Amino acid sequence: MVKGKQTRVFICTGTGCVLSGSMKVKAAFKSELKKRKISEIDIVQTGCHGFCQQGPIVVIQPEGFFYPRVSVENVPRIVEEHLVGGKVVEDLLYEDSLTNKKIPLYKDINFYKKQNRIVLKNCGLIDPEDIDDYIEHGGYKAFKKVLSEMTPEKVIEEVKASGLRGRGGAGFPTGLKWDFARKAPGDIKYIICNADEGDPGAFMDRSVLEGDPHSILEGMVIAGYAIGASEGYIYVRAEYPLAVKRLGIAVEQAKKKGFLGKNILDSSFNFNVKIKEGAGAFVCGEETALIASIEGRRGMPRIRPPFPAQSGLWGKPTNINNVETLANVAWIIVNGVDKFTSIGTEKSKGTKIFAVTGKVKNGGLVEVPMGTTLREVIFDICGGVKDDKEFKAVQIGGPSGGCLPAKFLDTSIDYESLAKTGAIVGSGGMVVMDKSSCMVDLARYFLAFTQKESCGKCAPCRIGTKRMLEMLQRMTRGESSEEEVVLLEQLAEDVKVSSLCGLGQTASNPVLTMLKYFRKEFEEHVKEGRCRAGVCSELITYVIKDNVCKGCGVCKKHCPVGAIRGEKKQPHEIDVTKCVKCGICMQHCSFDAIYVAK
Amino acid sequence: MPKISLTINDKKIEAESGQTILEVAKENGIKIPTLCHDPRLEPYGACRVCLVEVEGARNFLPACATEIANGMVVKTNTIPLYKIRRTIVELLLSDHELSCVTCESAGQCQLQDLAYELGIEENRFEGERHTYTIEDYNPLIERDLNKCILCGRCVRICEEVQQDRIYTFANRGFDAVVTTPYDRSLIETKCELCGQCISTCPTGALTEKMSRYKGRIWEIEKVKTICPYCGCGCELELQVKDGEIVRVSSDVEGGINKGNTCAKGRFGYDFVNHPDRLTSPLVRKDGKLVEASWDEAIKTVADKFSRIKKRHGPDAIAGLSSAKCTNEENYLMQKFMRAVIGTNNIDHCARL
Repeated sequence: MVKGKQTRVFICTGTGCVLSGSMKVKAAFKSELKKRKISEIDIVQTGCHGFCQQGPIVVIQPEGFFYPRVSVENVPRIVEEHLVGGKVVEDLLYEDSLTNKKIPLYKDINFYKKQNRIVLKNCGLIDPEDIDDYIEHGGYKAFKKVLSEMTPEKVIEEVKASGLRGRGGAGFPTGLKWDFARKAPGDIKYIICNADEGDPGAFMDRSVLEGDPHSILEGMVIAGYAIGASEGYIYVRAEYPLAVKRLGIAVEQAKKKGFLGKNILDSSFNFNVKIKEGAGAFVCGEETALIASIEGRRGMPRIRPPFPAQSGLWGKPTNINNVETLANVAWIIVNGVDKFTSIGTEKSKGTKIFAVTGKVKNGGLVEVPMGTTLREVIFDICGGVKDDKEFKAVQIGGPSGGCLPAKFLDTSIDYESLAKTGAIVGSGGMVVMDKSSCMVDLARYFLAFTQKESCGKCAPCRIGTKRMLEMLQRMTRGESSEEEVVLLEQLAEDVKVSSLCGLGQTASNPVLTMLKYFRKEFEEHVKEGRCRAGVCSELITYVIKDNVCKGCGVCKKHCPVGAIRGEKKQPHEIDVTKCVKCGICMQHCSFDAIYVAK
Repeated sequence: MPKISLTINDKKIEAESGQTILEVAKENGIKIPTLCHDPRLEPYGACRVCLVEVEGARNFLPACATEIANGMVVKTNTIPLYKIRRTIVELLLSDHELSCVTCESAGQCQLQDLAYELGIEENRFEGERHTYTIEDYNPLIERDLNKCILCGRCVRICEEVQQDRIYTFANRGFDAVVTTPYDRSLIETKCELCGQCISTCPTGALTEKMSRYKGRIWEIEKVKTICPYCGCGCELELQVKDGEIVRVSSDVEGGINKGNTCAKGRFGYDFVNHPDRLTSPLVRKDGKLVEASWDEAIKTVADKFSRIKKRHGPDAIAGLSSAKCTNEENYLMQKFMRAVIGTNNIDHCARL
């Protein structure tokens, strides 16, 4: 044995890695170590590393050797060669997509090198089910400092001075929000952590909840102390069972350690946290709908004012912050305002996590300083577009965000700069697209989502998004007109300015930005009946090149509707009247003889 | 109440603090359209047709829910607002059964009025329409969801005024709908069939079953009266056509009840024209009830009371008064028992 007691095997058990088999990998490590009677090496299950494309991820600490995509079969080798033999298993290491070089250490991987991890600092590095691990990494230090050295007013002053803004989407100054809640009259006040992350493709909150739940609790107790609340709720979506479980463990551990409960750390401050599971409504991420849901009512937004800070949960002053926002708080208290304000732009301080997905080489969670450009995130950190195809667009901010073309790649990521383009920082979803994405179809997709998730309360959102969706559906089928494109734009504007809550007010954003930047594609659909991306099935036909087709019959065998005819060893043909455009024939052709005619 | 000064459509206005833009506008003769608003209910802000422009505000604000503030500058009649209202009404009409020809609410439908006001002849928005078949076999309330605009007034009046929760919303998006627990008929819920939901419905989605095809708003005469059922003294409007009551409503702005009635007041009017109704006093002669004059009937009663009192003393007589009588009538009744008959044996059915 070359390594000492401190050698630990960190296995990622975030949802992504669990899905790609990390629990089996963990079991394999356990049995392998047992077989060899090695007891000095601990196996630690951690939260998400954010590099989900490379899961299951195994990190050997303390050096930080990084093994991506570890399978059960790889485990004996890692144990034999690395843990016992002290030699890195070269061929299992991460290979950089740009240089094709093997990179042994976590910190040298490009994906991490250019990030600045404040919120995700512990994710993947601590055992999320062990409060001691969190404390060893500086956890609850901020809370102790707040409780022993700072008045509530001083805490609020610090948060105000840090310039921290809400990470849930709207970017409202957090300190100001706390101040409103503190100054609101009333002896009972509440803190709510909004963990109802619902944007398709966004999973930063989940990763923090699963990977570092105590950082959220610490943020909540500090907020509770600051505004004068003694009770907090975490509203977390039930679709995150691992997050719910780990939050539950964290709350119990924090109670045992005396960070929650009565007379916390021998002070007069009391604070308890309850976990409330959501029931799957996207709109419950909207604060007033969320409050209604906790109260046991249907999740529907109500008009503001009164704002939750004046009258929130059970009619009491309530402060609601997003997971990512709260996870910043302890860092600010410990590291100081100056350090936080040195990161970011003039008006957008600190970092922001983006969930990068779509046609990108290295998707995952990326935490970057505000002010980083889109290009840096997509190309420098995430390695650029998959298969080195041409970049077409990026959708930022999920279904409430906007879609930006290549000319905006050098746009700085901050609240103000993105708003100027028609997109928003939003919750931080980032979907990268190449030319195989159809903008009309994408607009249809996002609108189908918002329409389905509209609560139905206000007419513009309930019916307006439905009519917009129908127009887009007609466009993808080539059944629309140029007049309808104009009408779509008008309706999108009307829905934006007349809807009751943020859901309706932002539902038009994808459509409006796509119409602004990719109008030609809409016109091609309605004027020429052409989908240049080859996505809209009603506008394309599958064709077999008779000079390439070998007549092997594989396509014919796989066609689910019997639309392909042809003799063996003779070029085959697709009957367009029967073809349902499923594309299965093209997937199975070994000779690239089938193509999509647009 | 401190006074506040503001401007609506360039008109300088003084108003009481705590009022909404809608209330102040109405008091000053400025019309702002509404659909989901009912003065009996808490502001809701869902239909969005009352949106107005307020100087300095980031968005358009719902007049029904926005409190006035000193120095506020409000515009209710700009082109962008007109366009939004038009879009919203067109959207609502695009999923609304346009059977105005035979609709009970034609002529008193707020959606119809607004469509007329905005001159909507053609609808730019077409698409899927809901077709609901609701067979609610309760005897009184007709529910036609094909005409529902989801303003939530029925849901809210049931909860906020009646303190009941018979209606609720279900489903999301375009398929959001007002329904009852487990989608049951009203009589399978704890609904008391008070009909308050009908009173607030702005369209023909909720109507009186008994009034079906009996007469429309322009054919009827409204007669103000006091409800005959209890001592509350609710003000009712009898909607009368050809001498017959076809519907009972109540004015939201009048009476002590402010438009609210119970089931009896709203639906219990069939006795008025009923053939079995007594129209003159009856006196029993030789075991048979025979029509008599008031003088004869009262004399008979007076004679018999006097006889009993003489023979058995005043305490042999007791009086039981009715909640259907007015307070004044009940006062007279006890006075009669105490002063004329000479007994304290007087009670009232409301005490039982």
